[in-house]
Amino acid sequence: MTDRELQLKAVRLRKMTLQAIFDAGAGHTGGGLSCLDILNVLYNHVLNLSPETFGDPNRDRYVQSKGHSVEALYVVLADRGFFPARDLETLCHYQSPYVGHPTRKIPGIEMNTGALGHGLPICLGMALAGKMDSAPYRVFTLLGDGELAEGSNWEAALAAAHYDLDNLVAILDHNTLQITGHTRDVMSNEPIDEKFRAFGWTVRSVNGHDYAALTKALTDPPAPGKPTFIIANTVKGRGVSFMENVVKWHHGVPSESELKQALTELDALEAKLKEVA
Amino acid sequence: MSAPAPSMFTPAAKAMAEKLGLKMGRANLDEFATTLEELARANPNIIAVTSDSRGSGKLGPFCTALPNQIIEVGIAEQNLVGITAGLAACGKKSFGVSPGCFLTARSLEQIKNDVCYSDVPAVLVGISAGVSYGALGSTHHSLHDLAVLRAINNITILVPADNFETREAIKFAAKATKPVFVRFGKAAMYGLHKPETKFEVGNAITLREGNDAAFIATGETVVHALLAAGQLAERRLNCRVISMHTVKPLDIDAVLKAGRECGAVITVEEHMVHGGLGEACASVLMEAGVRVPFRIMGIPDEDTVTGAQADIFRHYGISMEGLSETAAQLLKSV
Repeated sequence: MTDRELQLKAVRLRKMTLQAIFDAGAGHTGGGLSCLDILNVLYNHVLNLSPETFGDPNRDRYVQSKGHSVEALYVVLADRGFFPARDLETLCHYQSPYVGHPTRKIPGIEMNTGALGHGLPICLGMALAGKMDSAPYRVFTLLGDGELAEGSNWEAALAAAHYDLDNLVAILDHNTLQITGHTRDVMSNEPIDEKFRAFGWTVRSVNGHDYAALTKALTDPPAPGKPTFIIANTVKGRGVSFMENVVKWHHGVPSESELKQALTELDALEAKLKEVA
Repeated sequence: MSAPAPSMFTPAAKAMAEKLGLKMGRANLDEFATTLEELARANPNIIAVTSDSRGSGKLGPFCTALPNQIIEVGIAEQNLVGITAGLAACGKKSFGVSPGCFLTARSLEQIKNDVCYSDVPAVLVGISAGVSYGALGSTHHSLHDLAVLRAINNITILVPADNFETREAIKFAAKATKPVFVRFGKAAMYGLHKPETKFEVGNAITLREGNDAAFIATGETVVHALLAAGQLAERRLNCRVISMHTVKPLDIDAVLKAGRECGAVITVEEHMVHGGLGEACASVLMEAGVRVPFRIMGIPDEDTVTGAQADIFRHYGISMEGLSETAAQLLKSV
């Protein structure tokens, strides 16, 4: 699949994400739109993973540490055929397995997440198991930048370098906003790159909406013996003008008119991309 | 020269143990370490995860013998549980080993989400649990662990009383396909069981029959209940002694039987009186409408008295003398 095709797919996935959140009446809109391109690249260009191979012990592992952006993950998994997209009509409904954070009851989900600061330690265990078994798989996790305030991340950052886990990749959805406001105002975490380098990681910084750059950063071989930290610079609410970089859309749910406006914008973007293609 | 730690057993208690034919064994902690090493030698998939706790967990020999089957995470208990869960999710039989006080408090959220909610077959081993660390103070006591883990779905809670129960608990945990928590102390324990005894998770073991009163005890308090029953027998009171090695799922039948057949029920645990074995038994009896004189013997909701484990036990009546007195008073009050 070409980058152009993936970009077109991303527009459709953004529309699905917004529709799912609107139908559910709940969800995390801004962060879902910021990480959607990362997920799109992961599941279509990077991960050695498919619905057919999900039970294979040698499959790549992906654990979404920022579990609240689950709607974007659900639509990417549905698009990859892990489950029918119509299942998402039950999102957050009574007795639906599609709850507002990832659970293993959903095909394609490796671990239950949602409380922040859990994904990286879990992935360490998975990466260690892979090393013990000389297994070929890599382990990926997606973190939020507000999430970096959780101390467990730094326990894991130490241990990943200590154990030379070059089969581990942590991706930061660096949209610089969290529920209260700018991350720099809530709890400063910069310079993130220098911090992870000091902990012994290889650090790569990319535009988190640039398909070629994301693909390269996620597929370039790791530095031997070093875990990889990818800072994906993203825009919260990406793709919808009135949602971009606006804090309230962290978990804001669009009204009917807002949904209509958002879908209109995305339709226009889709038409433009098709025209260019 | 430092003073020796006070004995868990008074001379009278030791005499009663001899009269009952009990033989002193080793610490359950030592039994755990030996058992885990034996199992790991036969199963390279067994991985121990420690948080600078291999010495405290008596896993030095394990580490020497099987260096590729132990992972050290440093003093980082949240990371320990997350890693233990990740290993289990990738097919390893992982045992996270750390002092009970830190394991079940600092990393409680990891236990709840990464292990129990994600439903991976990880084993969490709370070493030197309860008040085993005695005079080190309340930072090092785990008097909350049974309460908090009872309130979390999808975990079996095992509290072995002696070396036999410890060995069987670890063997069970090594084969379990669901999350398991095992906790024990580090004091030498009398052997309590006959060689033919069967250990089955969820089925309490009756160590002594009797209907005047029943002691339902767990972990390292069971021996004190058994000694108390021996002392009460000299006063012509025949007491049942039940080792409730599985706190969850609780052996409801054994609790109800004791409540219906005995003149009083006394639960005994090395845990806060809130949320542990005692309240679990109380709710079973109340919901079934069984009315029986009832007492929970544990650590009360107060600033825990200072001292060694033996001092704390005796202070709160978790001793042969204290438990026999409690039973006698309870029966007298009926």
